[in-house]
Amino acid sequence: MSILVDKNTRLLVQGITGNEGLFHTQQMLEYGTKVVAGTRPGKGGEWVLEGKVPVFDSCKAAVEATGANASIIFVAAIFAPDAIFEAADAGIPFIVCITEGVPVQDMMRVREYLDQKQVRLLGPNCPGLLTPGEAKVGIIPGNIAIAGNIGVVSRSGTLTYEVLYALKLEGMGATTCVGIGGDPINGTNFIDCLSLFEDDPHTEKVVMIGEIGGTDEEKAAQFIASKMTKPVVSFIAGLTAPPGKRMGHAGAIIEGGSGTAAEKIKALEAAGVKVAKHPEEIPSLLK
Amino acid sequence: MKLHEYQSKQIFSKYGIPIPKGRVAASASEAKQIAEELGGMVVVKSQVLVGGRGKAGGIRLAKTSKEAEEVATQILGMEIKGLPVRKVLIDPTANIDQELYLGITNDRGARRPVFMASAAGGVEIEEVARLNPEKIIKVHIDPLLGLRDYQARDIAIGIDLPKEYWKQFVDICRGLWRAYTECDATLAEINPLVILKEKSLLALDGKMLLDDNALFRHPDLSEMRDVDEEASAETEARKYGLSFIKLDGNIGCMVNGAGLAMTTMDIVKLFGGEPANFLDIGGGAGADKVAAAMRIILTDKNVKAILFNIFGGITRCDEVAKGILAALKEVKPSIPMVVRLVGTNAEEGKKLLADAQMITAETLADAARKSVAAAKA
Repeated sequence: MSILVDKNTRLLVQGITGNEGLFHTQQMLEYGTKVVAGTRPGKGGEWVLEGKVPVFDSCKAAVEATGANASIIFVAAIFAPDAIFEAADAGIPFIVCITEGVPVQDMMRVREYLDQKQVRLLGPNCPGLLTPGEAKVGIIPGNIAIAGNIGVVSRSGTLTYEVLYALKLEGMGATTCVGIGGDPINGTNFIDCLSLFEDDPHTEKVVMIGEIGGTDEEKAAQFIASKMTKPVVSFIAGLTAPPGKRMGHAGAIIEGGSGTAAEKIKALEAAGVKVAKHPEEIPSLLK
Repeated sequence: MKLHEYQSKQIFSKYGIPIPKGRVAASASEAKQIAEELGGMVVVKSQVLVGGRGKAGGIRLAKTSKEAEEVATQILGMEIKGLPVRKVLIDPTANIDQELYLGITNDRGARRPVFMASAAGGVEIEEVARLNPEKIIKVHIDPLLGLRDYQARDIAIGIDLPKEYWKQFVDICRGLWRAYTECDATLAEINPLVILKEKSLLALDGKMLLDDNALFRHPDLSEMRDVDEEASAETEARKYGLSFIKLDGNIGCMVNGAGLAMTTMDIVKLFGGEPANFLDIGGGAGADKVAAAMRIILTDKNVKAILFNIFGGITRCDEVAKGILAALKEVKPSIPMVVRLVGTNAEEGKKLLADAQMITAETLADAARKSVAAAKA
């Protein structure tokens, strides 16, 4: 079992003919994900990857022809908001945006619109998600995780890979690993994922990886204390990050004294969450 | 990206917000000339990208143009919080009746823009928020609809602004909203917005922060970046598409991925060391990027060891190892280096680096411990 994606996911790749799009479509197909269609305006009617995936001019045409029920976006930041709107208007209920560097005001308009349509977005600036053994929707390397009973949710990319890998070395696996992305305004957040893991019968424990910036970890801590029965282990990156500097991710910044790692760790510990001092400590805290 | 006060006010002016008639000067003689043209008493304001200019003596009054020249000479020779003052703004003084605060920023939690206003202007809004949070009026704006006039009136009413100023205040709110949206700002702030004894409103000071991710559609604004005010290593890093932030420690860090780069700094500290920098070399880092990153780290003479922490996912460790080897040939560092390669093609990567006399580590903790020891040796 899993959350958000599984072997029944029928995936559409927006921007399938670009370098990134093509490379990761190949990787996703090799993993066993059902990639049913791709889009690239002007290349409708063509096929990519030796005839494995048909290309359409629009999301609407792709959905009508293939019944795609999820989409993943690999287009440049300048085109990403439009790609999200297009997927939502084509009736796709779950959209994953890998693209980094989408302007934040665009994201506020996107979020407002998607909330009204009740469409779920993951990202942007995220590695996507992986349900080991069933589906990989995104760029998380498939070989670093095994199937298991731990739900993983994270704001980071390679840091998440570290954690999945550390779990695998201990023979521990994931139900689903979700990368929610490092932008200040995103689609799916920690609480959305914690809630889905709480309701997923196969998830027994949850790992939550946060970082400096914003107050989503603090809100998650409140949710964990009041709503969750399953144990949560956490790691928060950025204890040594200086204030006022953006640490790579657009959302990773301590502003006006708020968003520090110390505050987040304090809130999580107060909610009964075990917080690891470094990522390699996580497996032992799960035992 | 931060804009200077004079740049922010010029933008506000374009959107119909009244600002003082001053100009910016890079020399004392220029300052004198501007003061002469303005006539009367002026205020000489240092243009540096930090707060607390007033307290540091970077904002001073001058009664005559000659005094403006003297004051400008002093201020242009100052450093404020480590930043040299290269420009001063010469504004005519204003007859102030009351100081207000008006600003727009992104509310991350609400995922909407928020207007903030206060009748207690002139002090930093964070300070007001801490001491008198009830004195701040907040109005969230629907990003699809934009600012409605009634919302601007609600703000005016909320800060007890006398009726006679409502119309001008609504116009200023509209202008500020347009400046914020059309420039892709993350903050557009007038502090203080003053009520003049002459019974009108004036934006005495202004501040804008712009969304770096949106600069691609604002080439005119990108050109306003003041690279003099950045650490030169950070400017250099941006050229190569590297994300770099200088810190005060002595262990240089080179990592792929922002979250992992922060974690690497944290774990260095956890094991008793001090990180010298944050550096994300990104995915698929080739030799040129690795070499540039190595040069940038080594410009900091405090650095006593370098820690490479690479987690191969889509990025293959052997590719990064080749990058490191090519960079070593070019840069030839003389300090110890610790390398940890994990994930895709890690074994091939390690073989490539076997002759490079680097200290190898298996786990993150091991890598941190070894780099701390190497920096102390």
